[in-house]
Amino acid sequence: MQLKVKFFASLSEQTGLTETTVDADSPATVLDAWNLATGDQTLPVNILCAINMAYARLDDSVSDGDEIAFFPPVTGGCA
Amino acid sequence: MTAQLRGEAFDPWQELARTETGFVKGKHGACASFIGTMRDFNVGDKVHSMSLEHYPEMTQQFLEAICTEAASRWNLIDSLIIHRFGEIKPGEPIVLTAAWSEHRSEAFDACRFLIEELKARAPFWKKETTDTGERWVHDAASE
Repeated sequence: MQLKVKFFASLSEQTGLTETTVDADSPATVLDAWNLATGDQTLPVNILCAINMAYARLDDSVSDGDEIAFFPPVTGGCA
Repeated sequence: MTAQLRGEAFDPWQELARTETGFVKGKHGACASFIGTMRDFNVGDKVHSMSLEHYPEMTQQFLEAICTEAASRWNLIDSLIIHRFGEIKPGEPIVLTAAWSEHRSEAFDACRFLIEELKARAPFWKKETTDTGERWVHDAASE
């Protein structure tokens, strides 16, 4: 199955990736998507992830066509 | 309910007034608003500018979802969120949250809910430019 994988903020800089597509064997998890997209780079601490723009966990299952996103802790708003 | 992402500076007072032009006069007794503005200091350092990155589709969905949740939890007449992205200078508003209701308690509670939920979970990331270069705010906060 094909997965779109996106990286934001410092994770984009660390991995050198903004967006890529990977082929994964089924079944697969969010963590599998990370490993396939980054070539098994070390998983940063405090990483957050989403499946189809909803917060997810690293051991959640993914499906063909899903958009997986990885990003650091959020810092919106202010003060 | 309105949730907007803006790439340009905005005037929160004009936005509040513009929203109220759509109301039936005499129906709301309270408007509570929060305006977050960029400081020129953080973690003990002078900050010259900031770049705010976001995950456009997820951020928009998230802001709309918390407006919907606020409407389900409190008896609101309307709610509004505007949040900047891109390059921001000190003194510029970053975020506006507002809630209108018949009485003050619901407006206060809903406005606070919107900004706290946004801050805790909306996918935005700040990168500051200081005297020593650029840094991600989530890194600076954990140093």
